[in-house]
Amino acid sequence: MPIFPLQAFLQPLSENPWTYLVFGVIGFGFGYVLELSGFGNSKKLAAQFYFKDLTVLKVMFGAIVTAMVLIFLSSAVGILDFNLVYVPETYLWPGLLGGVIMGFGFIIGGFCPGTSVVSAATFKIDGILFLLGALFGVFAFGETEKFFDGFWHSSYFGRLTLMDVFHLPTGVVVLLVVLMALFMFWGGEQLERLIGKRDLAREPRLRYAGAGALIVVALAVLVLGQPDAADRWARVASAKEASLAAREVQIHPGELLANRADDKLNVLILDVRSEADYNVFHLDGARHVPLDQLRAIVPELLQQPAENTVTVVMSNDEAAATDAWKLLQAESVSNVYILEGGINNWIKVFGAAEREVTPTGTPVGSDRLAYLFPAALGSRYEAADPDANEWKIEYEPKVKLQRKRSPSGGGCG
Amino acid sequence: MTTIAPARPKPRAGLRGVFSRPEKPYIHPYLGGALLGIVLFLAFLITRNGLGASGGMNRYVAVVEDAIAPGHIDRTPYLLKLAGGAKNPLDDWSVPVITGALLGGMVSGFFNGRLKAEINKGPRITNRTRLLLAFTGGAIMAYGARMARGCTSGQGLSGGATLSAGSWALMMCIFGGAYALAYFLRKTWN
Repeated sequence: MPIFPLQAFLQPLSENPWTYLVFGVIGFGFGYVLELSGFGNSKKLAAQFYFKDLTVLKVMFGAIVTAMVLIFLSSAVGILDFNLVYVPETYLWPGLLGGVIMGFGFIIGGFCPGTSVVSAATFKIDGILFLLGALFGVFAFGETEKFFDGFWHSSYFGRLTLMDVFHLPTGVVVLLVVLMALFMFWGGEQLERLIGKRDLAREPRLRYAGAGALIVVALAVLVLGQPDAADRWARVASAKEASLAAREVQIHPGELLANRADDKLNVLILDVRSEADYNVFHLDGARHVPLDQLRAIVPELLQQPAENTVTVVMSNDEAAATDAWKLLQAESVSNVYILEGGINNWIKVFGAAEREVTPTGTPVGSDRLAYLFPAALGSRYEAADPDANEWKIEYEPKVKLQRKRSPSGGGCG
Repeated sequence: MTTIAPARPKPRAGLRGVFSRPEKPYIHPYLGGALLGIVLFLAFLITRNGLGASGGMNRYVAVVEDAIAPGHIDRTPYLLKLAGGAKNPLDDWSVPVITGALLGGMVSGFFNGRLKAEINKGPRITNRTRLLLAFTGGAIMAYGARMARGCTSGQGLSGGATLSAGSWALMMCIFGGAYALAYFLRKTWN
């Protein structure tokens, strides 16, 4: 298994207090480099928008492409699990409107929030005033968000990357972004020469080497490729096969019933059977996700609140559900379980009242529906939604909710 | 043969010395970008999270609100997520990051002789106008940052490096918005 991100950071931070210190050191580096680059000076920041000094563009996109190539190189060589990396979710329209508002604030005030912190730290009075204004701004947002709550939660696309939008392999996107950034740097330098009257002959030659290095690493990412499902499974297979064999992850129908009724849990039920079987009978609240479409919903599962989400996969018996479980394990989705004995076992336990549902004698293990239903009523059968209070079922509890830290860390941004 | 080293200006002792260290030039922007990129990469590699500023500010504001009017927090769904009930709004990665950034900026300012109480502004506006615009701009920027669920750091840098589609789109909007208004504010900066 990739060793990064470190295990301790996947748990609530309070369980390992030293993690706060690590974030503090990272923040220290962040502030130090911002100050070193001149971002404590509002004149330098604002000059970006008059084409005189494109430091903002160079530092910002320089940082983005440097971090990007290193992130995807680490993922390609298998030391970083990119599925565990927090990718800011896309809420398209609030994001775009917020972006324009931020642009206005940037040119009016001369800073962005991070740079104003650094400016205030070096006693720039305008930086301090901007920071106070920013604190007022976040306060004002918290107080007024209720008036446009619907809009603020609209156009949600979850964990959406440029690779998903353009249907391109990661390596191609990484290379294109590097080339685009280098083109912008070149264009920026030309603007500085024409408008800012800068003598480009005095710029360090070393920057060509830097550009070359970025292209080389991007090409390496392209050639190596990102780990596919088989690679990802191979990394975890031995441990996961063991817990399958020990039947640690196959939960009794009674446990699923109890979990569904537990308000504190966010239980996702994924039914991976054929559409026909799903239409005949499925659990109330079960979502139909055929095996071949399971990978498409992985980004969504990765963004679920990690503290209390339990995902249960089911098929008629266990075969297809086990395949689904393996795939989700390989993709680093946490707290995934298999319904023991599948739908057939569920009906065996809860279907006593369904007089018209009769066993067909299909052998266990074939992963086919072993009951005949009078009509395709889906979840309108009584057994699709048994009352947890009426059933007293003995079972060995297996769901061990791993206490996890949500990727965004609770709030957002 | 002896050479006499030119006498260096002796740094002044005491607190005044902190503010009168020789000012050094900023580093080259590409070097700054590469260093910032390495910090950003290490943040993702080790912790899964990138960098952020407005989120941490939000939590400092929430802690003050929670102290003054705890009932109010519990009635506002947006604030509830941060500070509802027994939740400590400061128990989040964004808080040590922004606190560290403040320290890091100060230490760099100290070593590079840039700890100076001053107002940076265009030559044609008064200090008073500049400070008023700084406060106004800060409020607008932060309001937009919360609407977008992250600022130039949380969305721009962190979303940019992880190739988040929404982050790239909103980053274009930040630059677009600033360029669109820049012409009208040219007298405040030039």
